[in-house]
Amino acid sequence: MPPIAQASLRPEANSTTHIHQIYIKAEPGAIWDAITSPEWNGKYGYRGVSHYELKPGGKFKCIANEQMRSYGLPEVIVDGEVIEAKPPFKLVQTYRFLFNEDHKKEGFTRISFEIEETSGGFCRLTITHDTAGAPMMAAATQSNFSQEGGGGWDWILSDIKTLLETGKTMS
Amino acid sequence: MVDEDLVFKALADSSRRFLLDLLHKRDGQTLGELEWELEMTRFGVMKHLKVLEEAGLIVTRREGREKLHFLNAVPIRLIHDRWIDKYKERELSALADLKTTLEKTRCPPLRKRA
Repeated sequence: MPPIAQASLRPEANSTTHIHQIYIKAEPGAIWDAITSPEWNGKYGYRGVSHYELKPGGKFKCIANEQMRSYGLPEVIVDGEVIEAKPPFKLVQTYRFLFNEDHKKEGFTRISFEIEETSGGFCRLTITHDTAGAPMMAAATQSNFSQEGGGGWDWILSDIKTLLETGKTMS
Repeated sequence: MVDEDLVFKALADSSRRFLLDLLHKRDGQTLGELEWELEMTRFGVMKHLKVLEEAGLIVTRREGREKLHFLNAVPIRLIHDRWIDKYKERELSALADLKTTLEKTRCPPLRKRA
């Protein structure tokens, strides 16, 4: 039995880091484009179109689609900054929701996308999201199976996989 | 490539589901922290964690000398999308039924700290 001190040494360490990992039968470049290219990144998930300046310090913004605008969301719904861009294998960026003032106040979180080639034509895509200081964003992006507003990164990854492997998306 | 059979097998054990619940509550725990919550030997917990990792339900990261365990719910999401979305009109009631069943049958192992 471990001593009590061991369990209390690390109070809330890492509890704001979340990992989402999926295997997709596609080339690394196709997965990279699905994330970073506005031609592709509006075709799955919540269907906002994301624009990236793929260099350190470059701007990131996600634009609301017509349906989102009809809900009263602002034109830019997510913003951030590119920290590292190594196409087609690694993207690190900051990420902030602009849905309303409360979300905006939570400030920027940090996300990395890592793409690794594995066997059989598959790639492993890993999203690591540190939501420290942003409990509202954590609730939205980590939600599983909620009927309202989709299911966060898990649902988005499932949709990317469907798009890349079948050319179709779930509606 | 994660095999669906591995996911179903990994989930077919109450101790392993309990480990996933612990990580859902607080992500990034060490073996020592998880072991503390289960009435089981360190070796037993390690074996369960290995099954979960092979099924893709947990992802591990090294931080210094420690190995941290993170919940990865994507394989469950994929099963949901593959097996439940298919029966769209039944989706809501199926999920509700599943939840009720899981809540009735879930029987977590005793906690040491109870």
